[in-house]
Amino acid sequence: MTNSAKKLSKDLLIINELGLHARSAALIAKLAQNARSKVWIIKDGEKADAASIIDILSLSCPKDTRIKLTIDNYVDINILEDISNLVEEGFGE
Amino acid sequence: MLNAADREIRLKGISASPGICIGKAYLVGNEGVDIVKKYYICKKNIDDEVRRFKVAVKHAIDELRTLFENTPEDLRRQAYILETHLLLLKDKMLYDTTIETIKREQVNAEWALKKVVQTLESSFQNMRDTYLKERAADILHVSERIMRNLVGAKIENIADIDKQVILIATDLSPAETSQIQLERIKGFVTDRGGKGSHTGIIAQGLEIPAVIGAEKATSLIENDNIILVDGSSGVVVVNPSEKTLVEFSERQISYERYKAGIRRESHFPAETRDGFSLKIMGNIELPEEVVSVIDNGGDGVGLYRTEFQYLSRTNFPSEYELFDKYKDVVEVMAPNPVTIRTLDINGDKAVSYTSEIYEANPALGLRAIRYCFKKPDVFNIQLRAILKAASFGNVRIMFPMISSCEEIIEAIRILDKTADSLDKEGIVFNRDIKIGIMLEVPSAVIMADALAKHVDFFSIGTNDLIQYSLAIDRENRYVSYLYHPVSPAIIRMIKHIVDVADDQGVKLSTCGEMAGDLYYIPILLGLGIKELSMNPRSMPAAKSLIRSLSIEEAKLFTKDVLRQTTASGIMKLVVDRYGGVISEKTYT
Repeated sequence: MTNSAKKLSKDLLIINELGLHARSAALIAKLAQNARSKVWIIKDGEKADAASIIDILSLSCPKDTRIKLTIDNYVDINILEDISNLVEEGFGE
Repeated sequence: MLNAADREIRLKGISASPGICIGKAYLVGNEGVDIVKKYYICKKNIDDEVRRFKVAVKHAIDELRTLFENTPEDLRRQAYILETHLLLLKDKMLYDTTIETIKREQVNAEWALKKVVQTLESSFQNMRDTYLKERAADILHVSERIMRNLVGAKIENIADIDKQVILIATDLSPAETSQIQLERIKGFVTDRGGKGSHTGIIAQGLEIPAVIGAEKATSLIENDNIILVDGSSGVVVVNPSEKTLVEFSERQISYERYKAGIRRESHFPAETRDGFSLKIMGNIELPEEVVSVIDNGGDGVGLYRTEFQYLSRTNFPSEYELFDKYKDVVEVMAPNPVTIRTLDINGDKAVSYTSEIYEANPALGLRAIRYCFKKPDVFNIQLRAILKAASFGNVRIMFPMISSCEEIIEAIRILDKTADSLDKEGIVFNRDIKIGIMLEVPSAVIMADALAKHVDFFSIGTNDLIQYSLAIDRENRYVSYLYHPVSPAIIRMIKHIVDVADDQGVKLSTCGEMAGDLYYIPILLGLGIKELSMNPRSMPAAKSLIRSLSIEEAKLFTKDVLRQTTASGIMKLVVDRYGGVISEKTYT
C-alpha cells in the first residue's frame, strides 16, 4: 500500500470470550510500552492509551466490540502489527 | 495478663461449633491499611515524598517478582495474573497520576494514592459490563500492596501464626482457612457468616469452638485481649472477669464429661430398638480427619471433599500429591468404603485467588462438574489419582452438581477414557469402583429415575439441594432465616428420591448437614434413608439417638410429617414427639 496514513490505523474486532480484560490488556500494554510514540485504542470516539492497562480497561470492550488501533508515528508500525495479530488471534485464549 | 480496668464485654453470635475455650485474641484483617491520614507536605519536601512513593512501588514490584519466581514455569495462567499486577503497579493512570497528585496538592503519598484509587474505582463501578466492573479489584489489590509498603505494615500471613490463639476475623474464606496451621488455633470468632458457613464446618471438623456472626467482634476485640468463646451457646466474652472464668470453666468440664460419656458407646452399631441398622459414615475434608471417623465409630467415609488440596496455593496439585492423600485415607479406612467426591469448586478461583472470570452468581456458575468438563486436564489428573488410590481399598467415586443425564454420561465416558490410558501405561489402578452422583440440583431430583440407570448410588447433598430448591443463599444473613431443612418441599423431594432409589435398586445416602442434625434424623429414618454421612463429631450423639428410636414408630411419624404444609408445622411435630429424647442427647 502506498497510502501511509491508512497504515497508521487498523480496525479490529474483539473475538475472545472475555474481551479486553486484565490479562489481554496487560499483553497489549506490554507491547505498546515499547513504542517510540503513542499507540491508541479508539472505541466509539473514546480514546485510550494502549500503554496503560487501566486506560484500556476503562474503555470497557467486551467480546464483539469494534475498536480502532492507531499509532502516532510510522516507526511503530511493527507494534501496530503485533497488537493487531494478538487481538485477531483472540489473545491465544 | 488480666487488667482490672478492662471491662468485661459479652457478644452474642451464632453457635457454629460447640465447646469452650479461653485464650488470646489474634485479629486477622487489613488493619493499618484502612485508615489513611492526610497531611500536607511543604514544598521543599515534595521530592522526598515522591521518592518515598516510588520506593514503595519498587518494594511492591520486588515482592511480586519474588512471588512470580516462586511460581513453577508450567503455570502460565497464574503467572499472567502476577505479570498483570506488575504492569499495573507502574501503570500511568495509577503511578503517574499519584505522583502528579502529590505534587499538585502537596499531600502525603498515602492520601494521594487513596484519592487516585478511589477515582479509578468509581469509574469502574459505573461500567455496564459486570465482568469489567470486577477489574477494579485488581487495581485495589495492587494499590493495597503499595499502601502496605508506604505505611510499613507487614503483610499478614495467617500461615505464620505460631502461638495458640483464638482467631478473630470479619469472615474467613475457604482459602484463608486452609492456610491456617490449625493445630495453633483454639477457637474462631467471626463478624459475618450464617449457620453452615465454611468456618463452622472446619471448626466442627477440628472439634474446636466457633462463634460466627458476632457482628462487632473485630471492632471490639483487640489483639492479645483475653477472650472466652463458648461455641455451644454462641457467646463471646472479652476480658472475662474472675467470676465469669469460674462459671465457664465449670461448663467446660461438664461439656468434656458429656462428650466422653457419649463417645464411649459410639462403637456400638446404630441399631434401632426394633433391630433396624443404619450405616453412619463420616464427612471429611482433611485426610487427617479419617482418624476422627474411626474414633467416633464411623462405618466409612460417605463424603471426602477434595477441594482442600486446591486451596491457597499458586499451582494445581500434582497427580502424585492427590494420589498420596487419597491413598492415605483409603488405606486407613479399608475395608470400609471411602466416597471421594470430585472437585466441587471453580479450581481456577481456588488456585489463583484472583480468577479472571467474574461471575455474578457463582453458585449457579462455573463450578464442580461443569468446571471439570471445561478443564479436562485438571479433571483427568484427579480421576487418575482416584483410580490409582482405588487399588488400595474400597473407593466409591461421586460426581457433584450433576443436573442432567448428559453430564453423568459424559463424566463416566471421561472416567473410562482415563482408565484406558492408565491401562495402556501399565499403571496399577482399579476401575471396578462404585459410581455415584450428588443429588443437589432440583432438576436431578426430578430426573432421578433416569439418572439411576447410569449409577450405583445417590447421595443427597441437602445443603445445596435446599439452597437451590428454596432459592436461598444461606450465607446471606438477610434471607438465611428462610433456609430450613424441614421445609415440606424438601421433605417431599427426599421422599421422591427414596422411592426412586428403592424402585431402581440404587443405593442411597444423605451427606448434607441435615444428616447429622438430631432433629432431622427421626424424619430421615422414617423416610427410609439407610445411610447417613455426617461430620465425625456428630456421630456419637446421632448413634446414641438412633439406638433409642424405633423404625416402625419413625415411619408412622413421617406419615404425619408428610401431611404438613409448613416448616414450622413439621418442626412442632418433631419437638412434640422427639424433643425430650433429643435434648437428652444434645449438650446445651
